Amino acid sequence: MDKDHYILGIETSCDETAASIVKNGTEIISSIVSSQIQQQKQFGGVVPEIASRLHVEQITLVIQEALNEAKLVPSDLEAVTVTEGPGLVGALLIGINAAKAFAFANQLPLIGVHHIAGHVYANQLIHEMEFPLLALIVSGGHTELVVMKSHGSFELIGETRDDAAGEAYDKVARVLGLPYPGGPQVDRLAQASDESIDFPRAWLEKDSYDFSFSGLKSSVINYKHNIEQKGGKINHDHVAAGFQQSVVDVLTVKTVKAAKEYDVKQVIAAGGVAANRGLRKSLTTALENEGIPFYVPPISLCTDNAAMIAAAGYEMWKSGVRSDSSMNGRPGMPLKSWN
Amino acid sequence: MIWLGIDTANSPLSVAIVKDDVLLIEESSMMKINHSLRAMPAVEEACRKADITPSEIDAIAVSEGPGSYTGVRIGVTIAKTLAWTLDKPLYGVSSLKALALNGQLFNGFICSMIDARRSNVYAGVYRAKGTELVNVLEDQHCALAGLLKELKEYNEAILFVGEDVKLHESIIREHLGEQAHFASYALNVPRASSAILLAQSAEQAETVHTFTPQYKRITEAEANLVKKESSHE
Ligand SMILES: [Zn+2]
Repeated sequence: MDKDHYILGIETSCDETAASIVKNGTEIISSIVSSQIQQQKQFGGVVPEIASRLHVEQITLVIQEALNEAKLVPSDLEAVTVTEGPGLVGALLIGINAAKAFAFANQLPLIGVHHIAGHVYANQLIHEMEFPLLALIVSGGHTELVVMKSHGSFELIGETRDDAAGEAYDKVARVLGLPYPGGPQVDRLAQASDESIDFPRAWLEKDSYDFSFSGLKSSVINYKHNIEQKGGKINHDHVAAGFQQSVVDVLTVKTVKAAKEYDVKQVIAAGGVAANRGLRKSLTTALENEGIPFYVPPISLCTDNAAMIAAAGYEMWKSGVRSDSSMNGRPGMPLKSWN
Repeated sequence: MIWLGIDTANSPLSVAIVKDDVLLIEESSMMKINHSLRAMPAVEEACRKADITPSEIDAIAVSEGPGSYTGVRIGVTIAKTLAWTLDKPLYGVSSLKALALNGQLFNGFICSMIDARRSNVYAGVYRAKGTELVNVLEDQHCALAGLLKELKEYNEAILFVGEDVKLHESIIREHLGEQAHFASYALNVPRASSAILLAQSAEQAETVHTFTPQYKRITEAEANLVKKESSHE
């Protein structure tokens, strides 16, 4: 390689204001994440208007910190990459307009990145991608199975028809009276439990790689009501364990099935729920049994961050993809291939 | 000295470049186009037409609100990012004061107004004193009826400025009769050059990193939280 290429990534699609500098698409030089969890907690979830307000407060600070920590100046950069969608539109617009202004001021190319492409490319920061690969993206907003035959080529083979896996986690956490964000709490209770309630699994049609979690959420609620109507009290650990087993089971079985059908060289997991210990364990064991390499980034790269945006953005930059300054925030942006 | 001015606080968009007290270029548009699509391209276009590179900009003025939450955030985000990365001073000015400047030759009060739905408005009331605008009533989010009652007591001629005024023209006339005057459409467009003009007489530049819009209103979620907490007490 002749010259090192530094890419700035910016991510503000939900409640994290993040900026990062990545070298040659694979090496994190700096990754700053300013989370709003503390402020949003009191509302029991992410309030979009508050998210937007906090992003404006943080955005230049976070980019400055990313540059400082990398000991770089804007002229060292090759391109500015930013999450274009999907996400909360008001939140997306802060990162996008900061990226546009920064790109214009420093005469750098601007590239809009799909948030899910970012999650997938988080893996490029820990291990080289080998194609074809299968990516399972699981977060509060997403549950998707994506096949990649080469860089920048995405084939969506399955997605959720209702709630995202992370959303189901948060809702069940609320039923159990656990504080926001509930996903990690449910995971913790499930890990500690030696018994579990048997909840249904939504397999959908035989050949479908789609998911559905709203039925599961309802059966947890019904189970609670039934017990309480009889004057009893539910065991939170057992409910958490049962719920988690149902989610993990479906995710694991469908992932393994897809990995075999598409004959992939590796499976990668990404997104906030990929931090879930129950899911990691289950996927690791199941794929090990099939002899398929499985990679999942460390938790800091599973949850929303800007390094993943810069990593995906680097590949787009190499392929000549450019956005212009009329870029808009796209809350429902579909995942499209650039190659 | 080259100034860039940006006003996206409401649905109109205005971008201006002033060089040595000459307005080189100004684009003001009332078209309902998403600011994210148009704001940054308008800044780039203005610079290109005025033959100015970004690093030649010496200072930035931005309309800081109140107004549309998303609109004002887009202008403020662009302005603070430019100011920070170009290392140039940033000035936030009231969107209502900038709008009121359109009525600076009026002999009486100037009330700039932005609709805030459910019979509420953002409004500021000013009086021109030479080339300066002096606040008669602070910029505020308020019920229109209450504001009009208060204005009536002043017994002054009042010029209402702003595109949203016509939404409330009949109720304003009802309350104020002959006291009320209405700006023509040519004077209802906020102008980024007005933001620059106001910034030039500001005493101090903003701290760029911590600069945020003046929403003049807490969010609904915060208001609900306050309500909930006070009902617990
Ligand atoms: Zn995400």
